[in-house]
Amino acid sequence: MANLTLVQAINLALIQEMEADDRVMLLGEDVGPNGGVFRVTDGLHARFGGDRVVDTPLAESGIIGTAIGLAMNGLRPIPEIQFEGFLGPAYDQLTTHAARMRTRTRGAFTVPMVVRVPIGGGIHAPELHSDSPEAIYAHHPGLKVVMPASPYDAKGLLISAIRDPDPVMYFEPKRIYRAFREEVPEDEYTIPIGEARVVSEGDELTIVTWGAPVVQCMKAIENSEKSIELIDLRTIYPVDIDTIEESVKKTGRCVIVHEAPKTCGFGAEIATSIMERCFLHLEAPVQRVTGFDTVMPYYKLELEYLPETERISRAIEEVVAY
Amino acid sequence: MPVKTVFETKISHVSILDENGKFDAKLGKGVIPDKDAVALYEHMLTCRHLDEVAFKLQRSGRMGTYPENRGQEATSLGAAYALDKKDWLVPCYRENAGLFWRGLPIEMILLHWMGDERGNQIDNELCVMPLAIPIGTQMLHATGLAWAAKYRKEKQIACTFFGDGATSEGDFHEAANFAANLDIPVIFFCQNNGWAISVPSKIQCSAPTVAQRGLAYGMDCVQVDGNDIFAVVKVTRDAAKLAREKKRPTFIEAVTYRLGDHTTADDARRYRDEKEVESWKKKDPMLRLEKYLREKKLWDDKKHEAAMAKAKETVIAAVKRAEEIADPKNADFFNSMYAELPADLKRQRDTMCTHSLGLDPSQLEGTERQAVNSQH
Ligand SMILES: Cc1ncc(C[n+]2csc(CCOP(=O)(O)OP(=O)(O)O)c2C)c(N)n1
Ligand SMILES: [Mg+2]
Repeated sequence: MANLTLVQAINLALIQEMEADDRVMLLGEDVGPNGGVFRVTDGLHARFGGDRVVDTPLAESGIIGTAIGLAMNGLRPIPEIQFEGFLGPAYDQLTTHAARMRTRTRGAFTVPMVVRVPIGGGIHAPELHSDSPEAIYAHHPGLKVVMPASPYDAKGLLISAIRDPDPVMYFEPKRIYRAFREEVPEDEYTIPIGEARVVSEGDELTIVTWGAPVVQCMKAIENSEKSIELIDLRTIYPVDIDTIEESVKKTGRCVIVHEAPKTCGFGAEIATSIMERCFLHLEAPVQRVTGFDTVMPYYKLELEYLPETERISRAIEEVVAY
Repeated sequence: MPVKTVFETKISHVSILDENGKFDAKLGKGVIPDKDAVALYEHMLTCRHLDEVAFKLQRSGRMGTYPENRGQEATSLGAAYALDKKDWLVPCYRENAGLFWRGLPIEMILLHWMGDERGNQIDNELCVMPLAIPIGTQMLHATGLAWAAKYRKEKQIACTFFGDGATSEGDFHEAANFAANLDIPVIFFCQNNGWAISVPSKIQCSAPTVAQRGLAYGMDCVQVDGNDIFAVVKVTRDAAKLAREKKRPTFIEAVTYRLGDHTTADDARRYRDEKEVESWKKKDPMLRLEKYLREKKLWDDKKHEAAMAKAKETVIAAVKRAEEIADPKNADFFNSMYAELPADLKRQRDTMCTHSLGLDPSQLEGTERQAVNSQH
């Protein structure tokens, strides 16, 4: 057991999976001797060598396109896209090939790879270093999408993702890369893809969130006198709607929180599922506290855009009072 | 003869003022008149000083991530000097010297890195595009900008700047292919500074020159000593003439070096040899230009002192303007989204300080409050 940050937990999972399985290899921009711009792959180049930890040309379509080929010929590549804002060139390969390969070949070919991508705002970064595009990838059948919000989950989810036979988008909330530490077992363990985590139990209201806002939600819950159940989705797709259903049937009220814009954010999907499954249990309309339908502003205004504690607290008040 | 050579070529490397201050009088004749050479050097002093100040602003929390330009001043500056005022400059993010020469106010660049979109609110008359953060994307825009000028039968051309790393992106290759095959008057100006963050340029291009990438698309290409402002001016002028008269693109590889870290978020000691940096310090574009000016009696200690004092004054004034700008209003990020704001977006804006985004109109509080989180 060690007290690790999210970055260190990912680093540990990578080391252990690479030691256990020599098909696992990393590729991306600056992942080699530099250890990645966030140091997630720190030390791995020295440890595993340049054949398994590869600095590629600066081309995201190239990184994902070749990773698809690597995966289809027996390896377990873990490509890194340096920031979510640079997924653009990779989008084509991800959605027109990685997501479709299994089904269009009726299972003859598969793409077992994990695409690691730092995601989200709140770190005072330049343009295109703070977006939250998880719903876009959840919308593409054939991809799995996960986003850990704690060091413990980061390790277990990454190991699951690496062992998963299908392509997994593994989004790393960069705002909490080093925000706190947690006990992380040395032994390998897995967190199943598709299982949400009930962070705290309560019976008056349910909050559903994922990624860095889990921290903001915990603060809002601390500040509230209500008994609030907090669900960290951990996996965006396939979503664990059963856990949400069970909670909302108990509380009758739900607030959904995410950094991405409101329209077509993954919150819309969850709200609809709640309506489908819990309609007669609802005491108030489901509320969303999200980014706005604007371009993510530069950092002077980023905290105005993000779902900070104050906005979450107001939503809690209003939904409880409804 | 079953196998014959169908194509052969040579790539030229152009140098006029070498790192020892030796000047090729024949090639360099009339490239930069003395008065301008002095002005260009003074401009470099200001830009170099700005780098130092910006670095400190970042370290003291007054600015976000900033990419130093140190060592690369001669490239964009030489190009901007050689071009017409109405030619488009389409930058990446390491072209301060050229953009300021064109007339972009220094505080605009500072504002950009201070996390404020008003740093991109550029006067259209300057023909300067905003910085491009996604690598390798802007060359296509430059091609379109130049295409529009050609369409209107105007003399305007475009010059786009990018790094060695950017030549790995697919968009770069598409831009080069469009420009060459559709006869677009655009200059592809590659600043090969040896590195793309921690990745050496040989990972981006294993051919002997980056310049020959242009050749593959059938365009003229040339390699130039990017730390030699005379050579940069000369090759840019040649490229501009070809673009204006023949509507043909050129690929320029300017060989230079990033003396600083990639940005203030980077630590280059992790991946590159200090000896390499030291060897490039001797090739600094400013050292050789200063030497040239002193030898021609165009520069002396007194002038240097006066120019430094002026550079400091200019930079202090720009920082002051950048820092004294009123905090943005929190509704600002809505207001420029569309020519006309859609109704739902208006509702979101007007209720943004609540949580329910217009579901309950009684919550209208007005949103013209100043940002609460302003970081400086
Ligand atoms: C599409 C995209 N991918 C990755 C990045 C992250 N990134 C920023 S600068 C950079 C290296 C750029 O190298 P180069 O083109 O040589 O320009 P230089 O910084 O050396 O001037 C990278 C990988 C980015 N900004 N955009
Ligand atoms: Mg470079």
